[in-house]
Amino acid sequence: MRSGIIAKKLGMTRLFLEDGRQVPVTVLQLDTLQVVAQRTVEKDGYTAVQLGAGTAKAKSTSAAQRGHFAKANVEPKRKIAEFRVTEGNLIEVGEEIIADHYFAGQFVDVAGTSIGKGFAGAMKRHNFGGLRASHGVSISHRSHGSTGQCQDPGKVFKGKKMAGHLGAVRVTTQNLQVVKTDSDRGLIMIKGAVPGSKGGWVTVKDAVKKPFPENAIIPAALKSAAAAAHKAAEEAAAAAAAEEEAARAAAAAEQAAAEEAALAAAAAETPATDASDEGEAK
Amino acid sequence: MNLIAQIEAEQIAALGKTIPDFKAGDTIRVGYKVTEGTRSRVQNYEGVVIGRKGGATISASFTVRKISFGEGVERQFPLYSTNIETIEVVRRGRVRRAKLYYLRSRRGKSARIAEDANYKAKA
Repeated sequence: MRSGIIAKKLGMTRLFLEDGRQVPVTVLQLDTLQVVAQRTVEKDGYTAVQLGAGTAKAKSTSAAQRGHFAKANVEPKRKIAEFRVTEGNLIEVGEEIIADHYFAGQFVDVAGTSIGKGFAGAMKRHNFGGLRASHGVSISHRSHGSTGQCQDPGKVFKGKKMAGHLGAVRVTTQNLQVVKTDSDRGLIMIKGAVPGSKGGWVTVKDAVKKPFPENAIIPAALKSAAAAAHKAAEEAAAAAAAEEEAARAAAAAEQAAAEEAALAAAAAETPATDASDEGEAK
Repeated sequence: MNLIAQIEAEQIAALGKTIPDFKAGDTIRVGYKVTEGTRSRVQNYEGVVIGRKGGATISASFTVRKISFGEGVERQFPLYSTNIETIEVVRRGRVRRAKLYYLRSRRGKSARIAEDANYKAKA
């Protein structure tokens, strides 16, 4: 089990694919997502990583929180969440996770706080059918109807679905597919809707009801690792370029030598043109 | 510009579609890709644009109305759909509304739209 991520919901858009399909996507953004603390078996009895995302003003962060962030040597974070991980998947404190953590096609579970609807009736809250529009129904077209029996049992059973507060609770949507990631801007595009309002924080984890993908990056896609890989790639490219340059220089030297030989041959015998041709051919 | 608008603008640029200047009241011909089994061909749909919506976003769409075998047919197309091969303006119409929903309740002579003879494209 590897760590999930905290992301900010930016909003929804759509993608047009080459084959004419359009995919509705929710855009999530990773904003300086760093490991703030580790939970270990020795100290806490379980293993997890505590991640922080966003940026909070130092003056509006409590002294205790400031101390906590200072210990991890990270900027104050706007949102903090813990993710249970197996022992091998612990990440060092201070490491930054990037959007490459997920790949296109992967399934994820997204959890967030749903949009609050206030006090909602039974039709909206529990999908009740309501009462009829006519046939004697009077000013109770959207009511829930009966709530039970009569003198026996003489009460409304606990858990009866009735009107009440709807929304503003933690909701997890399972098995959403990642469509695209953009690690430069820290964007993850997920097919379909995600709980919560624009600008809200959500947590993304690998789907629990799908097999763990083989090509997932373990323990996490880290900025430091990406930077190292980038550097290595650059070095390799530079080395390749140098090699090519050397090869080109060698080839040039060879050609110069051949030309010189041809010139010498031309000077030695006549007709000159034939000789130079021969020299170059060699 | 917020990030969503920026992403959409990038996608519109990446799609690289040339969309002619047309508005409600114009008669247009839309070449729409239709896939039947494994073969795909382009089907033309010609009619009067009765409205455009969505502005400069990627979800912009337009509605085309035509009378097919005496029956009014309306079809909505996503403006940036990859299924749209071509959009041709057949005739410029002169109308005073952005949405021509009033055409739905009209037939024949009263449903005509005057041609905009000296149409000038906006710079």
